[in-house]
Amino acid sequence: MSKSNLTRRGVLKSGAVGGAGLALPTIFAASSASAFTNEPTGDSVTLGFNVPQTGPYADEGADELRAFELAVEHLNGEGDGGMLSTFSSQELKGDGILGKKVKFVTGDTQTKSDAARASAKSMIEKDGAIMISGGSSSGVAVAVQALAQEAGVIFMAGLTHSNDTTGKDRKANGFRHFFNAYMSAAALAPVLEKLYGNDRRAYHLTADYTWGWTQQESIAAATEALGWETVNNVLTPLAATDFSSYIAPVLNSGADVLVLNHYGGNMVNSLTNAVQFGLREKQVNGRNFEIVVPLYSELMAKGAGANIKGIVGSQNWDWKLENEKGATYTGTNAFVKSFGTKYGFPPSQAAQTCYAQTLLYADAVQRAGTFNPCGVVDALQGFEFDGLGNGPTLYRAEDHQCFKDVLVVRGAENPSDEFNLVEIVEVTPAEQVTYPPDHPMFAGGDLGTCNPGA
Amino acid sequence: MFGLNARDTSLLIVVAILALCAPFILNPFPQGSAMAQFNAGYPDLMQRFVIFGIFAIGFNILFGLTGYLSFGHAAFLGVGSYSAVWMFKLLSMNVIPAILLSVIVAGLFALLIGYVSLRRSGIYFSILTLAFAQMSFALAYSVLTPITNGETGLQLSLNDPRILGVSQTADGSIPVTNLFGLEMRGTYQMDVGPWMFQFNAGYYLSALIMLIAFYLSIRIFRSPFGMMLRAVKSNQQRMNYTGLNARPYTLAAFVISGMYAGLAGGLLASMDPLAGAERMQWTASGEVVLMTILGGAGTLIGPILGAGFIKYFENIFSKINDTVLHQWFGFLPDGLEDFVVFIVHPFIGKGWHLTLGILFMLVVIFLPGGLVQGGQKIGKWLRGNKAGEDDASKASTKPAE
Repeated sequence: MSKSNLTRRGVLKSGAVGGAGLALPTIFAASSASAFTNEPTGDSVTLGFNVPQTGPYADEGADELRAFELAVEHLNGEGDGGMLSTFSSQELKGDGILGKKVKFVTGDTQTKSDAARASAKSMIEKDGAIMISGGSSSGVAVAVQALAQEAGVIFMAGLTHSNDTTGKDRKANGFRHFFNAYMSAAALAPVLEKLYGNDRRAYHLTADYTWGWTQQESIAAATEALGWETVNNVLTPLAATDFSSYIAPVLNSGADVLVLNHYGGNMVNSLTNAVQFGLREKQVNGRNFEIVVPLYSELMAKGAGANIKGIVGSQNWDWKLENEKGATYTGTNAFVKSFGTKYGFPPSQAAQTCYAQTLLYADAVQRAGTFNPCGVVDALQGFEFDGLGNGPTLYRAEDHQCFKDVLVVRGAENPSDEFNLVEIVEVTPAEQVTYPPDHPMFAGGDLGTCNPGA
Repeated sequence: MFGLNARDTSLLIVVAILALCAPFILNPFPQGSAMAQFNAGYPDLMQRFVIFGIFAIGFNILFGLTGYLSFGHAAFLGVGSYSAVWMFKLLSMNVIPAILLSVIVAGLFALLIGYVSLRRSGIYFSILTLAFAQMSFALAYSVLTPITNGETGLQLSLNDPRILGVSQTADGSIPVTNLFGLEMRGTYQMDVGPWMFQFNAGYYLSALIMLIAFYLSIRIFRSPFGMMLRAVKSNQQRMNYTGLNARPYTLAAFVISGMYAGLAGGLLASMDPLAGAERMQWTASGEVVLMTILGGAGTLIGPILGAGFIKYFENIFSKINDTVLHQWFGFLPDGLEDFVVFIVHPFIGKGWHLTLGILFMLVVIFLPGGLVQGGQKIGKWLRGNKAGEDDASKASTKPAE
């Protein structure tokens, strides 16, 4: 029944069409003439803000976007200028970057690496973005950072807390202002010892991706150094919304501390489940059962409501920092004021890091005198600055990680209003959380060289 | 030509011309104009159009012909991607071995899943495939982390032990995927007045493979094997009563469509060497079902149209934000402007799912045959009363031997 009509003419025709098809790709040998990817030629420059608008980190993403919009306003000389006036480098004049007006495009990462790459690619290829920022998941940040390196644009990481972002997966074109899991653990350990003693038994629930793994590894190492024992570590899917099946085994494990290596919506749900199971009223070995959340934020405290009271964690920044801890943290109030004026509530730490990153990028371009990514990398490496709300900060050249003070915070027992849900327990100085670039938890990575693309 | 009848040849040629000229067709608006937001002629999205076109063409061979609705096809796409990335990590940055391996692995995987799932039909088959796909997703997401790198996704690194080729280039970066030296990222830009057209090597490779895949699918549709698959769809019981065993045919169709999915996965990884577990999630499987139904299940070109439609929405509508809206409606008085933006807001940005859902409902209700039926209706309306002629030509179509 099969039909074969192999004729001389048919073969010739088919061959010709096929040959033409095969020959086609040879026209792509030429590359474009510009010196680097997306060199801005007109009177404006485009930045790409790639944040999660859906998924477990959507709240953080929304706040990041607000901060980005505010930063662009300030760079273009609109609004009150925010931290531009307190920033130690006074290169930015409010006339855009290198005299070019700043424009921006936004995208939704969906908290998925694939979608985030697609969105970032469209910003680079379609909208001509010269810098990509944002991301509220380390998995996404690592993926987008790798893309930026390949495409030859700068990636200014937003909220990403995994050690890998500037450790195993560090890239020359990527920079992180936010602190990391190791720093959280280093800052938390002394406080945990003071509050809960040094013979505790800890049970870990960990978000199953790069951030969760490194967070758990860091906090387990730091607490075991105190003398704590790690009873168990259970990995939970990032997309999970109900953690009751993970909480139930904790009750009979003999543990007296639960460490929730969760963030965003994950943490809100797991903490709520833990409180519903009565963990906080429980007594084990004659001591109160305690819950620790290594990475904390105002947005999570708001989501968790009363459950957050008294729970200890760490933060990169808090809007009350300058008021409570003095002028070292100058810039904080200026930023809170302009953010509050525009949106009616204080910014989260995600917003602060994204705002700072945008300013740092703009300043680096201004100092380098070029948008060329390699110039920007040189300008940012080893850059010491102050006045962006975190006190004196160093952008370390070896791994493109910022080193600054870390906050240890606690859920307020009697919050005066919904903006004071978190109280600052202690500020851990930068020296105490600094580690060598080849520390085992960060080893195996290589920056490579900066890639200007094109 | 190519052993096709005149009508199929012209369809193939039309698709070929569309694919060849896509950079022009998809970029109708000048750079910098307000409508440039709707331009889709940039490499990443064009690649996605054709790659998901391949995925949907393959799915259509199973669903369109046999009527077996698989809800787990994304698993094959994911498996294909992982195989390709491992090939890049271990063997060479050339895309050919990567694509070959992804097709083979996906085919074997489909054989395994198909052998089990095809023991049932209808809803039970769908549920079985869904279960298998979710199992694969869970495996990739956490259990098989050493192979898949979990949620972070499998990526290339600077110290991959690449047998043929270098771990890192002379300037210390990761080598890029290529076809015998032709970089997949390579793009030639053509500026014509205010317009900018981008011709990307990776896109043309994908388009070429899509054309081959499309051609193969036409051959399958027109072959005795295709006829047998259609028989499965129309009345499997009658087939069984006449003494024919339908299982080998359905299994073959399942494996073929699984290999198409693997090919799409391999191509995705070749264009962008990253494989994430979310490619295997049930939403991704559902997406290809939507593509096929939206375009027109059982038609040749429908799935490609459907794939393009959905990817366009995902990438273009999701990027429209309020700032853009304010630009568009800036000419309106202030209060009215805010009001219009407020009304449109839920349908753009993160609301693109909503817009797509509404469109999907409209298509299913008013055009059960998908976009293809819409095209036919418009065609008929344009030709006025020539419809009669059409019927005559249909009547003269002979049944296949």
